[in-house]
Amino acid sequence: MNPIARNGKDFWAGIIYIVAGSGAWIISRDYGMGSAGKMGPAYFPTILGALLTVIGIISILRSFLKSGSPIGVVAWKGLALIVVSTLLFGMIVRGAGLIIALPLLVIVSAFASSRFSWKYSLAEAAVITVFCIVVFLKGLGVPLPILGSWFGY
Amino acid sequence: MELLANLGLGLSTSLTPLNLLYCLAGVFLGTLIGVLPGLGPTATIAMLLPVTFTLPPVSALIMLAGIYYGSQYGGSTTSILVNVPGEAASVVTALDGYQMARQGRAGAALTTAAVGSFFAGTVATIILALFAPPLAAVALKFGPAEFFSLMVLGLLASIVLARGSLLHAMGMVILGLLLGLVGTDVNSGTQRFTFGILRLADGIGFVVVAMGMFGLAEITRNLENEGDRSTVVNKVTNLLPTREDWKRMIGPILRGTGIGSALGILPGSGSILGSFAAYAIEKKVSKNSKEFGKGAIEGVAAPESANNAGAQTSFIPMLTLGIPSNPVMALMIGAMIIQGIQPGPSVITEQPALFWGIIVSMWFGNLFLVILNLPMIGMWVRLVSVPYQMLFPAILVFCSIGVFSLNNTEFDVYVMAFFGVLGYIFVKLDCEPAPMLLAFILGPMMEEYMRRALLLSRGDPTVFFTRPISAALLALGALAIIAGSIPAMHKKREAAFRE
Repeated sequence: MNPIARNGKDFWAGIIYIVAGSGAWIISRDYGMGSAGKMGPAYFPTILGALLTVIGIISILRSFLKSGSPIGVVAWKGLALIVVSTLLFGMIVRGAGLIIALPLLVIVSAFASSRFSWKYSLAEAAVITVFCIVVFLKGLGVPLPILGSWFGY
Repeated sequence: MELLANLGLGLSTSLTPLNLLYCLAGVFLGTLIGVLPGLGPTATIAMLLPVTFTLPPVSALIMLAGIYYGSQYGGSTTSILVNVPGEAASVVTALDGYQMARQGRAGAALTTAAVGSFFAGTVATIILALFAPPLAAVALKFGPAEFFSLMVLGLLASIVLARGSLLHAMGMVILGLLLGLVGTDVNSGTQRFTFGILRLADGIGFVVVAMGMFGLAEITRNLENEGDRSTVVNKVTNLLPTREDWKRMIGPILRGTGIGSALGILPGSGSILGSFAAYAIEKKVSKNSKEFGKGAIEGVAAPESANNAGAQTSFIPMLTLGIPSNPVMALMIGAMIIQGIQPGPSVITEQPALFWGIIVSMWFGNLFLVILNLPMIGMWVRLVSVPYQMLFPAILVFCSIGVFSLNNTEFDVYVMAFFGVLGYIFVKLDCEPAPMLLAFILGPMMEEYMRRALLLSRGDPTVFFTRPISAALLALGALAIIAGSIPAMHKKREAAFRE
C-alpha cells in the first residue's frame, strides 16, 4: 500500500504531470511569449504546461480523497533487463558489430523470463543474428557493420 | 458515374502484381502478428516503417493497411482455439469462440469469424469509397480555425473513449502535446525543450516513441506474469457451419458491421470499442442471449464483424482530414509524410491513385485473408504454441534495429529505451498511452493551426467560437466530455471496458 496517499496511482501520476507541466512553463519563459495575434515559441507550451500542472494538482488532491486499486506487481527485473539490453545494443553496435551486439541483446533480454534456458536462447541468438544480417544488411542495406570498428573494420 | 471511374482507377492501381504482392505481404504479416499474442499492429507497423522508405508510396501504404486489418483476422484465431486473444479487439471473441471450440465446433466458429469479417470488410470498403470524398470536399473549405477545433474534438473524443479515468486521459493528452513540441519551433527557429542535445533539434521521432511505449513497455508488462498459458489447442475438424448456424449469424454480422463501422470513425477507438459494443448489444437483442458465454455463434459473428469494419473505417478521418483516429493511423500518417505526401483533405484530389488504390486494395486484402485463414488454419495454429520467452527477444531485436535504421543513429535506440520505461510507468499508473501518442503527433499541427487562426483574427480567440463549423466541432467535443463525465455514463463506460 502507498503510505502517502489513498490512491497511489493518482498520486504518482499527479507528480509526473506537475513536474512535466511546471517544467514546461518554467523552461518556456526563456523562449519569448509573443502575443495572441503573433504567438511566440513560448505561447502554446505555456498554456499546456499550466493546464497540465492543474491536472496534476487535481490528481494529487483526488489521491487523498478517493482510494483506488494498488499499483500491483512491478516487473523490476524484466524492466531492468529490457532497458539494459537495449542500451547495451546501442552502445556496442557500431564498435563491436552485429555479430556480437545481437546475440548479447537476445541473451541479456532473455534473462528477463523466468523460463530462461541457455540452450534455447543460444540457438535463438544464432538464428536471429543470421536472419538480421541477411535481411537488414544485405536485403535492406542498413549501414551496420557485421564486425565493428573495435576489430579494425 | 464518378465513383465507378474512381474505383476503376483504384482497381488498376491495386491490381498491379507489385501492389497485390505487398497487399498479400501485409495481410500475411497482419495475420501472423494477430496470431502471436504480445505483438500488436502498432509495434509491428512502427518496426516496418523504416523498411517502407524504399517502397513506392502506394505499395507501402497498401502493405501497412493490410497489417492492420489483417491483425484483426489473426486475433480471432487464437481467441477461438486457445482462449488467448492475439489482439485487444478479439478479447470478446474468446468468450463464446473458445466455448464453441471446446464443444468441437472450432471450425464453425472460425468460418463464422471469417465470413463475418469478410462481409464487414466489404461493406466498410464501400463506406470508405462513398463517404470519404464528400467529407474531404467539406474539409477542403476548412480554415486554420476549423482544423484546430477538429483536432480539439479528436483529442477530446480520444479522452472520452480511453480506458480508465478521464483526468488521466486528459493529462496524457497534454503531456503528448508537449512532447510533440520538443525540437525546433518552425516559426522562430527557437530550440524548445532540447536541453542542449543536438539530436533533439528535429524533435523526437514518432516511431521511436511508439516502439518504446507499445513495443518495450508491452514486453515488460507481459513479463509480469508469465503464468500458465493454456497450450491445449482445440482440433479443427469441420469448417462448415450448419444451416442453423448460417441463419443465426446473419443478424449479428449485419449489426456488428454497422456498429463497428460507426465506432471505427470515432477518434481514439479504432476496432477495439466496436467489438466490445457489438458483443454487448448482441447479448441484449439476441433471442439466444442465454447461450452467450456458453458458445453462442452470435457472440463470435458480431464482434468479429465489428472489429474488422472498425479497423477499415478508422481510415476515413486519416485519409480525408489527415487526422489520425488511433495510434496505427498516426503511424500511417507518419508513413505518408516520410513518402513526401502531405496528409489532409487534398490527398484525394492530388493523389487519386494512392487514395483509391488503398481503398480497393482493402477488398482484395480481405479476400486474401479468407484464403489465408481458412485453408491454412493449421499453420497458424502451430504458431500459437511459440512460447513468449522466445518471442520477446526477437521483438526487441526488430525494434532496436528498426529504430536504429530510421536515422542511422544509436541515439534513437536510447530514446526508445527511455520511452519504454515511461510507457511501463504509465501502464502501472493506469494512464493509457494511446491518447498521448495521438496528441504527440497532433501537437505541432495544432500549434501551427492555432497560430495561423489567431494571426488571421488578429489575436482574437473568439474566432474559434464565431466561425460556425469551428463552433460546432468544439460544441461536439464539449458534449462528448460532458457525456463522458456524467456518473451514470461513466459507470457504463467502465462496464463496457471490463466485459
